[in-house]
Amino acid sequence: MDTSDILQLEEVSVEVGGRPILHDVSLRIRPGETHVLFGPNGSGKSSLLMAIMGLSRYRVTKGRILFQGQDITHLAVDERAHLGIGLMQQRPPSVRGIPLGQLAEVSAQGRGSTRVTELADQLGCTGLLTRDVNVGFSGGEIKKAELLQLMAQQPALALVDEPDAGVDLDSIAVVGQALACLVKHPTAEAVAPAALIIMHTGHILNYLRADVGHVLYGGTLVGEGEGLQLLEEIRKHGYGKCPICRSHIPVQ
Amino acid sequence: MSDLSLTHSGPVATREESLRARAIQAQARPSPYGPDLDLTTFSQPVEQQRQRVEALRSLEQQMREAALLAGIDSEETGRAASYFQVDYSAIYERIQRRYQGQIELMTVTEALKSYDWLRNYWWQAVEVDQDKYTAAVELAQTGGFFLRVFAGQRVTEPIQACLLVQENNISQNVHNVILIEEGAAAQLITGCTLHPRVETGLHIGANEVFLKKGATLAETMIHNWAEGFHVRPRTGVIVEEGATFVSNYILLRPVRSVQDYPRVFLRGAGARAQFNSIIVGLKESLIDMGTYAELTGQGTRADAISRAVARDQSTMYLRGELVGQHNESRGHLDCRGMLLSDQARMHAIPELLADSAPRSQLSHEAAVGPIAEEAVEYLMTRGLPRDVAISTLVRGFMQIGLPGLPDILTKHIQRVLAATAEHSL
Repeated sequence: MDTSDILQLEEVSVEVGGRPILHDVSLRIRPGETHVLFGPNGSGKSSLLMAIMGLSRYRVTKGRILFQGQDITHLAVDERAHLGIGLMQQRPPSVRGIPLGQLAEVSAQGRGSTRVTELADQLGCTGLLTRDVNVGFSGGEIKKAELLQLMAQQPALALVDEPDAGVDLDSIAVVGQALACLVKHPTAEAVAPAALIIMHTGHILNYLRADVGHVLYGGTLVGEGEGLQLLEEIRKHGYGKCPICRSHIPVQ
Repeated sequence: MSDLSLTHSGPVATREESLRARAIQAQARPSPYGPDLDLTTFSQPVEQQRQRVEALRSLEQQMREAALLAGIDSEETGRAASYFQVDYSAIYERIQRRYQGQIELMTVTEALKSYDWLRNYWWQAVEVDQDKYTAAVELAQTGGFFLRVFAGQRVTEPIQACLLVQENNISQNVHNVILIEEGAAAQLITGCTLHPRVETGLHIGANEVFLKKGATLAETMIHNWAEGFHVRPRTGVIVEEGATFVSNYILLRPVRSVQDYPRVFLRGAGARAQFNSIIVGLKESLIDMGTYAELTGQGTRADAISRAVARDQSTMYLRGELVGQHNESRGHLDCRGMLLSDQARMHAIPELLADSAPRSQLSHEAAVGPIAEEAVEYLMTRGLPRDVAISTLVRGFMQIGLPGLPDILTKHIQRVLAATAEHSL
């Protein structure tokens, strides 16, 4: 075990509702690294992020999850958040009666409301602060609201699920720049923040550099490479015939 | 005398006899909703007349605190007028000097003596023979108040009326009449509460509310009962052209049983009603509540929002019925219940009736269920421990706008809601 890793997954298998979804996934993310995760729909990408965050539907049946050297496989969600793991969900729940600004301040964990106001201004979502979290939000507004909370939290590891899905081009720029800012910004503990980002189109890669790309296929990591290069291969050949992945994908 | 459009006939004595006869006929008539009560089990208070007080602040501390739990400020800070009744009798009525001439607030008995025309409102918004509880009010009335806001007056600070039960196992049968005259506007806080030593008993309130053309009334009713206490309000509201009735109802304490199904009649063109209810079922409370609105006038609109939280072994029935009788009418019921206990029961029963008005737009959304685990974990991803996440969600769930409330009361309600949410764990 290398304690300099932000995240280390050791042959992690996960099931959801009794159904195996991920099989023996191993992964290492070092401080300051941005990893992107590609894969066809239903390959288990979101499940992997949820399992790292510790959401109860995603049960780790095998292996270990280490965060900065600490085994967090069975740690509660809020404790993981306090350690420095942040999650931006693709389809977060709507929460009535709790304004976004209030939840963003909770995420800031005592770093103050001024920061939340500034971040909201930066993201262009000040008008959402007094609205109930995600209630009646458009796709773009949900992304900004999630990002606002993530930025307020300043996590050492940001888990980001499809930041570019359902977002118009203007908003992609805002989201991309914010993510770039998030991974560049040093945390309070001065550990260079890292990120694991799920994406399909790669639009976000116009705004931040992906150090490592992975392909998840059928619940198994089947390929790894430099982010943009991997995306190019997938674009050219598709997941099934991508040379970086091919050797690992079982013959259909 | 107030101008009336209500129907009435015959001399006063005949009408009174007729009402009495109808009440006698209804004495054994149970309500179609809620558990039936044997009214003979309740006794009379030792003293029928309580000592009057010069100022509410001179009341003993326990009573002031009980009143405060129901939103009644014994200092009368920021209150336009106050009425205070203990058991069967009024002990205090006062109108602040700057509102003299804008408001009348007195016992309903005194009002009936002063104004013959008040008889024309008597049992007009509520049927005297609706059930044994309205009959009990007619046959054995024990107080109640008359509030009148004169035409065109805008009363900017709330009027407060407290109905307190001090003695154990009595039946307090009040009859209140509220008349908001043409173009007038007021806020009323009605606090129904108990002295801490009261464990059992019954409160019946016949409330007849009349909103004249263009009038507005925002009524906030806060109930503060005890585990062995029964409550049977009977409310009717007649809303004339362009008038608006807003009702905020809050029940955050245990009760043995409460059954309440206020009826609102939107008769005039453009009449509106808005109901907001926050109800928490605690211990073995049986709560059967609803809103009935008849949309008769052109352009009428009724909205009812209720948020109910059931804990412990409580049982809740959440009713609502909208009756569209005009093609240009709209109504919506929004009823959500959250169950926080395996032993609690919750039954949501929304009903819509387009009554010979096919273009009346009526809708409802009702949802009953546990706290969403997905939402709990979502808040946990932001660093909140599970118990705090749950209490935050419960508090948020009960967060609905309560218009027409003074800041001090809003803060009080927020404090009680926060405490309730924390206890939900």
